[in-house]
Amino acid sequence: MVSNNTDFTLAVEDLTVSFDGFKAVDNLTLYLDRNELHVVIGPNGAGKTTVLDLICGKTKSTSGSIKFLNKELTNMAEHEIVRAGVGRKFQTPSIYENLSVLENLEVSYPHGRGVFGSIMFKRTSEVIEKIHQIADQIMLRDELETEAGLLSHGQKQWLEIGMLLIQDPQLLMLDEPVAGMSVREREQTAELLNKISQGRSVLVIEHDMDFVERIADKVTVLHQGKILAAGNMKEVQADPKVIEVYLGH
Amino acid sequence: MNFVYEKLFGGKQGFIGLLILAALILIVFPLFFDIFRLNLIGKYLTYAFAAVSLVLLWGYGGTLSLGQGIFFGLGGYGMAMFLKLEASSAENTSIQSTPGIPDFMDWNQITELPWFWVPFNSFTLTLIAILTIPALFAYIIGAAMFKRRVGGVYFAIITQVIAVILTILIVGQQGFTGGINGITDLRTLNGWDITSDSAKYIFYFINCGLLIAVIIASRFILTSKFGSLLLAMRDKEDRVRFSGYDVSNFKIFVFCFAALISAIGGALFTLQVGFMSPSFVGIVPSIEMVIFAAVGGRMSLIGAVYGTLLVNAGKTAFSESFPELWLFLMGGLFISVVMFFPNGLAGLWDDYGHYVTRHFSFLSTLKNKLFKKSPSIALEAANDSNVSEQQMTKL
Repeated sequence: MVSNNTDFTLAVEDLTVSFDGFKAVDNLTLYLDRNELHVVIGPNGAGKTTVLDLICGKTKSTSGSIKFLNKELTNMAEHEIVRAGVGRKFQTPSIYENLSVLENLEVSYPHGRGVFGSIMFKRTSEVIEKIHQIADQIMLRDELETEAGLLSHGQKQWLEIGMLLIQDPQLLMLDEPVAGMSVREREQTAELLNKISQGRSVLVIEHDMDFVERIADKVTVLHQGKILAAGNMKEVQADPKVIEVYLGH
Repeated sequence: MNFVYEKLFGGKQGFIGLLILAALILIVFPLFFDIFRLNLIGKYLTYAFAAVSLVLLWGYGGTLSLGQGIFFGLGGYGMAMFLKLEASSAENTSIQSTPGIPDFMDWNQITELPWFWVPFNSFTLTLIAILTIPALFAYIIGAAMFKRRVGGVYFAIITQVIAVILTILIVGQQGFTGGINGITDLRTLNGWDITSDSAKYIFYFINCGLLIAVIIASRFILTSKFGSLLLAMRDKEDRVRFSGYDVSNFKIFVFCFAALISAIGGALFTLQVGFMSPSFVGIVPSIEMVIFAAVGGRMSLIGAVYGTLLVNAGKTAFSESFPELWLFLMGGLFISVVMFFPNGLAGLWDDYGHYVTRHFSFLSTLKNKLFKKSPSIALEAANDSNVSEQQMTKL
């Protein structure tokens, strides 16, 4: 196994996972620079979501290495990976519908994470200030007292992004953040992503090509668990293999 | 002050609810019922501890335990063992072949007090055991289940199985546990006659005081970030896990806390009823406890107490006249609660309570007098919760 330290925020090397012999991710190598916004695209079943599952610990890899700031993640528990600084947004908005927007953000606030810490946790002015700051970013400042279940689909997606931002992760992973959004919401989300990728690395899975073009520093095309092409959007779009399996459809 | 008020009493609504409950069990019941009925209510209120524990565990935590009888029983047996040892002094048991050990041991040819009975000679150690052993047992079960991410219906079944195993164990080990008859013939606590009327009154008030304390402690937990996390875990467990929390620790804690509360109820049960037997450990009592919580409203700590009182009052009334019908009625009640009013009495009150207060205007004027407000101020206060809070703190 490769064990050299690198300057990359995220270094995925020779990563493989097989489910009963089927290799969902096959010998994948992927690097993310500091402050890079990297988009993974690919047809259905290419293994995009599985890559995120592997990085955040939801699925255990069969072989290979995942290093985040030179720290090996493959043997860490999910909550430890989060505490190390990796945040992950799920494909369908995953928020607490019965809690208010403010409570959603408060629950995600990275203090009082132990049992007793959470019981003694106080909503100090510092906490409130941070929540307001995040709420401003995700355009939900006026909805703080709203029950999260009543938000629109797009607002729910933003809220989940906000719940990650409040933890200030070094690596933010977003699984189809604009799925089901209106055109206007997509524009706002692109703006939001460009803003929040300042000072952290972002890994995005996306289908919407216009959106990818607007945000991506680098694009990786995944096909049947393997990398088909990588580079900037122009290079990838011109690649005949990519056109054949994906863009040409 | 405001912190205490919000955290412990759950704001205005919760504070009024708690006051009404306290007035009912501490003043109204003792005034209107004789000691026989009051003792019976005291017995019901010990079940309320288990019902309150289920509000935390099931209502908020989303983890249904069909085995709260385990912890209720462990608490009850702990207290019973101490009382039994005191009742089995060498003088009292001089006719036995081995004097100084409980009678059922003597009947089973046991000639020496088993090692695990020895600590129960001391009242202090007994209290420590009641407060730690059930919680410790819950920790072992909880850690084994939740760390492996066993939950939902599997957890419910496993707790039920443990309740059955414990019952079989108690019944089977007659020489150590008193078997199917349980531990009976309990008379004194440190020389004080627990069967006297005055003792029954005192136990009743201790029971009420502890129940209110447990409700306040539970509310403190539920209004903290821990409470929000419980709801969040019930909704989207993965999101909580991927927000940096070790979900299993939270579930283990709430399970242990629920066990502790139930055990306190069990110990108080033994004190007030005067015996403990395996029929308060197994499946039937455990499921009854779930019904109490469901009828009262599984999201309401106070509702669970009313649910317990109501179902037990019904049980007593009906089983006096139609003993064979009661079980069917109880089953029907549970099904109708689940199907027609899933939030129980507390949910009904939230939905329809304002009709009651509107149609019985004396209630609302009473309320206004209670809080020293004229009706017009009360209207304003309804619009501005800060005003009402200030008024409350003046009280």
